Amino acid sequence: MAWTSAVLACAAALAGCQQKAAPVAVDRDYQKVLIERLLDAKPGDVIDIPAGTFAFDRSLSLRVDGVTLRGAGMDKTVLSFRNQKSGAEGLLVNASDFTIENLAIEDSKGDGLKVNEGENITIRGVRVEWTRGPHTDNGAYGLYPVQTKNVLIEDCVVIGASDAGVYVGQSETIIVRRNRAERNVAGIEIENSKFADVYGNTAIDNTGGILVFDMPNLPRRGHSTRVFGNRVVGNNTDNFARKGAAVASVPAGSGIVLNSADKVEIFDNDIGDNKTANVIISSYWSTGYMNKYGVSKDYDPYPEEVYVHGNRFQGGGDSPDGLDLKALRVAMFGLSGRLPDVLWDGFANAKRSQGPQICVEGASGVLNADGPNKYKSPSMAGDAMRCSLPRLPQVSLPTTGVAATAKVAPAA
Amino acid sequence: MKWSVLSGVAVRAATLITLSALVLPIVGCGKASAPSPAPVSFHAQGQPARLSDWHVLVADGGHLRLNAGVEPYALNTALFSDYAHKLRTIWMPPGTKAKYDATEAFDFPVGTIISKTFYYPRAAGDSDAVLRAPTQPGESRDGLDLTRMRLIETRLLVRRQDGWVALPYVWNAEQTDAVLARAGDSVPLEMRVADGRPAHRFDYQVPDANQCAGCHATDNSTRAIQPIGPRARHLNRDDPWHPGDNQLTRMAALGRLDGLPASGIARNARLDDAAAPLADRARAYLDVNCGHCHSPRGPADTSGLWLDAGTQDPIRLGRCKPPIAAGQGTGDHTFDIVPGKPEDSILVYRMDSLDPGAMMPEVGRATVDEEGVALVRDWIRDWVGQCSGAGDAGASRPVNTALRP
Repeated sequence: MAWTSAVLACAAALAGCQQKAAPVAVDRDYQKVLIERLLDAKPGDVIDIPAGTFAFDRSLSLRVDGVTLRGAGMDKTVLSFRNQKSGAEGLLVNASDFTIENLAIEDSKGDGLKVNEGENITIRGVRVEWTRGPHTDNGAYGLYPVQTKNVLIEDCVVIGASDAGVYVGQSETIIVRRNRAERNVAGIEIENSKFADVYGNTAIDNTGGILVFDMPNLPRRGHSTRVFGNRVVGNNTDNFARKGAAVASVPAGSGIVLNSADKVEIFDNDIGDNKTANVIISSYWSTGYMNKYGVSKDYDPYPEEVYVHGNRFQGGGDSPDGLDLKALRVAMFGLSGRLPDVLWDGFANAKRSQGPQICVEGASGVLNADGPNKYKSPSMAGDAMRCSLPRLPQVSLPTTGVAATAKVAPAA
Repeated sequence: MKWSVLSGVAVRAATLITLSALVLPIVGCGKASAPSPAPVSFHAQGQPARLSDWHVLVADGGHLRLNAGVEPYALNTALFSDYAHKLRTIWMPPGTKAKYDATEAFDFPVGTIISKTFYYPRAAGDSDAVLRAPTQPGESRDGLDLTRMRLIETRLLVRRQDGWVALPYVWNAEQTDAVLARAGDSVPLEMRVADGRPAHRFDYQVPDANQCAGCHATDNSTRAIQPIGPRARHLNRDDPWHPGDNQLTRMAALGRLDGLPASGIARNARLDDAAAPLADRARAYLDVNCGHCHSPRGPADTSGLWLDAGTQDPIRLGRCKPPIAAGQGTGDHTFDIVPGKPEDSILVYRMDSLDPGAMMPEVGRATVDEEGVALVRDWIRDWVGQCSGAGDAGASRPVNTALRP
């Protein structure tokens, strides 16, 4: 078995070399053709982009409903923005009933694909990659639907985003499944969104694997995200985000991270070898942004109603990022010890009668870092967090009939 | 064909009648020897290949003139576009008028053609180099002297039955006509500064038609294109071509604007008005450069940062506000505006950047507006306070540095 995978790895490496050695003809004249097709598109149109590598020096945009943009495959049809001079993304879409599939967007200066408002958005088999690998100057987001409704992102690959590979923001009714996110700062991030199912994805070698965040000062708050059946392993890449970005506060070695998010269910995932912690539950207090002038007063910075159960954990917590966490590990667990699977910063809303309702079953433990008391007395959260919460509803997309199938694994 | 000829004659006659009531436009008087150009031609559909198909502007390589009935206008503080000068005009079908609105663009009648011509003064010598010169030159009443000006592009906004359309035209080297460039264009420019600084080379980006909409669709949900400049607060100023006349009252007096109130009309400050308060000039600048996107309904409402003239809440304006999805645009800074500290403010960083992934605005410039950035810097320097104080609930609680890399 091991031998087989070694052979496969070699073959893959060879293929990679051959691919690089082969001269790639870059078509520079296609830009005008595609821009005009996007301008002239009518609802119902399918714009087929042939196999090949096409160079663009400005961003593309689509503003017509009901258009499908289709390539010949994520490794065959490549839209390259390496020499981009203007525009903040590779492709900007402001339209509903939009489908994009089977192509790649490479090296855009800003975001790869941004969909700003719209309903019924399908992103399928799209690769967004910054080909030099992790770098602070890479574009921020790979796939970035924001203020959208009924979103399906499936079978995509996102590599090298300096913020988040897949980033769904201020949206509702979302399915993110079977994607691969690697070597991004955040692999997959759901932010200020409600009713999201994130399942069957692979998040490896990011700084943080899968994130569920809620940020202040936005008209839309998020809740009800299910993260299940994912593989979230070895997310230990050094954080290469620009300081000041929300994800810049994510320590390297984070598996699944919740920040200020409510109603989140994390189950049936394989989570392992994330060196800081396999799961981090934190509040906005821990981001470094909390201040009384710039955060609206009605914002709730605390994560609440979080249910972690039935996951398979392995390793992790053995080499946390940052001096404070390193010291915490040694102080609490000795030189060869490790932080438990779940790390909680300890901030909770004292006015909430039910408490934070953070329930963890089947993990090696929960460390309360005691943030509110300047981390003076960290402790293992014991029975208080051994509880269960009602399951969250399954998300289904009305137009496509796509629904997540949740299987509940026995507790590890 | 016959019909169009007839209607052309009719339009022209009507235009002449209307013109008798108008103060003379900047089209040259005493040019009797020049043949009269065909009247302005509104195309209710299609995409005419040449600017000259519209007969709004008339160029012969030596002069650029405005056709009869085409009225120039100016804004208090205008959008920055790589130091380009802009000649703005409106043409409305004879007998029609626009409807006043207190905050949004006026409601213009079907048939309206708005033009904006981007040009630079030519640098001395034979080259194609252009000169960076003050942003509000007095254009000649006789149009533009093309021996001294280099035309780049003319953008048309045309009000059709279904709404506005945007059509970008790029001028030919002879400056006799401009050709439709729906996919946009890139024009390499060498820009010189009079004070002897080295020339600056950059690729001037003509937007494609969708990029036009990126700014002009001021409501990101309806996606309808709207003019941005012809709003009361931008137009409420002296008419540069008719000193002593206010543009709005003149427009109303000529019967081209309906519903202008007698008083209480908003007015943005002028960037070049040294007597105007700093804050007013900065807000006017942010309003016209950023407010069409950064507003409660614009494409950048996703950021929670609103910079339009109507926004007053300091958080919305960016005071100590953490960025949302700014990505690498943060420039390693934590807040949009740090009071008193422009060098720590994301707003300034993004205005000062030329990286397409970080700069703001996202399109429409390939150079830094040094004066504009300086103005916003000065404005932020005037803000009092700090962002480091924690919120009430956690007044004694530090941030969790343990969770930061």
